[in-house]
Amino acid sequence: MQKRLKEKALELLSNCTVTRVLGWKTGEFFYDLTPAVFETAEEVEKEFVYSGFSGANLSKYLIQESRKQGKVAVFLKPCDSYSFQQLLKEHRILRENVYVVGISCNGLLDMEKIRAQGCEGVTAVTEDGDTLTVDTLYGTTKLSRNDCLLERCAVCKSKKIVAFDELIGEQGEELESNRFDRVAELEAMTPEERFAFWREELSRCIRCNACRNVCPACSCEKCVFDNEKSGVRNKAIADSFEENLFHIIRAFHVAGRCTDCGECSRVCPQNIPLHLLNRKFIKDINEFYGVYQAGADMDTKSPLTDFTLDDCEPSIVHERGGVQG
Amino acid sequence: MSVTENFKPTIVAFCCNWCSYAGADLSGTNRLQYPANVKIIRIPCSCRLNPMFVLRAFQKGADGVILCGCHPGDCHYTTGNYYARRRMTLLFSLLDFMGIERGRTRVEWVSAAEGAKFAATMNEFTETIMKLGPNRRLEDLRCRKD
Ligand code: SF4
Ligand code: SF4
Ligand code: FES
Repeated sequence: MQKRLKEKALELLSNCTVTRVLGWKTGEFFYDLTPAVFETAEEVEKEFVYSGFSGANLSKYLIQESRKQGKVAVFLKPCDSYSFQQLLKEHRILRENVYVVGISCNGLLDMEKIRAQGCEGVTAVTEDGDTLTVDTLYGTTKLSRNDCLLERCAVCKSKKIVAFDELIGEQGEELESNRFDRVAELEAMTPEERFAFWREELSRCIRCNACRNVCPACSCEKCVFDNEKSGVRNKAIADSFEENLFHIIRAFHVAGRCTDCGECSRVCPQNIPLHLLNRKFIKDINEFYGVYQAGADMDTKSPLTDFTLDDCEPSIVHERGGVQG
Repeated sequence: MSVTENFKPTIVAFCCNWCSYAGADLSGTNRLQYPANVKIIRIPCSCRLNPMFVLRAFQKGADGVILCGCHPGDCHYTTGNYYARRRMTLLFSLLDFMGIERGRTRVEWVSAAEGAKFAATMNEFTETIMKLGPNRRLEDLRCRKD
């Protein structure tokens, strides 16, 4: 795959279709690939990387990149293409300045999961079909690829690339996914248990704001959390409620627009399962207002900017089954 | 959760200027009783209720939050309360998901003529909160003093 993407990048640059290519290059470690803009063939040859660790969703970078002079090429995996289309829908990206190369995807890898299976001091990971060969300082291990997928890939909702100019690999389809299972499990707990669960999780937050920065749905240029006058303080130390408030507001701001791309949970250095908050919103929206997938098309209205005269009343939250509080 | 003998709940009621706020006024002029711990905050329309306001109320110590607006179809700005309805449904559901008991949040449609409904709603809501007891704050474990 890396070879084909590189060739495509070189071709697009050399025939002047684009002036820049948005892709991935190695960060501090081989497994922390970071998004990068390539302007010359040499840069592509030397630095462009595509591997199981190219999890980063490049669509958000297009907000800036598409406003610069000249066209930019971008590689989008299926889930990234949903984010891309959602941004298009919100008029955040100039479509005419972007050349989208859709790439098929069989799931990306999570270094944490590799580590959790007893691999320490990992020096290289090679993929071969369903097996991963992990070289470590202490020897070589073979793992099943399926056990090392990112959470979002393990419950992938769709392999369909919804917006592209050309494709590398096969177009896929929407999948039956059990991505709401964990949300349902939590719903079945008592309020005390849920309360304790979220206290435990959210109390690890260090307010690095990575989840906000990475989210393609969270694309305001000025954020309420950066406004000193908003009364939103930045640290738990100022008020023990702040981190919770931040998380509820963050999730609420993207409700109805979150494509469930899973980036928020991927980047969280504290491994907080943020996607569960967003998925709760998606699950509720599906149940209350009909199934809706953000980014799936260009014209349906987002459920929170829409209404019907006979929507359910908020008391449905009380009436619905489940454990009462 | 245990109910303390002298627990006086703090209840924040966000009331739309065009209906429920007038409804509250009417219940006052009619000398209908509702608990004094209901703090009314006037908003221009139910859809002015930013989710942040609800969270702030809880942060500052509210035990229950209620939103009162014009009946669906009667919003002064035609459709504000339809949007508010969706937003609050989702927000309350998320709060419930995070362990804030369902009974602590509520939306009620009260018109300017429904002074009696206003008082009755507030009495009933206060009673529910009394039963639930003081709110446990969505707090950060790292800040615990004990
Ligand atoms: S909230 Fe998380 S899952 Fe949703 S669009 Fe943003 S980064 Fe993706
Ligand atoms: S990425 Fe994680 S630690 Fe950073 S602000 Fe978000 S939840 Fe907190
Ligand atoms: S004006 Fe009362 S709800 Fe909109």
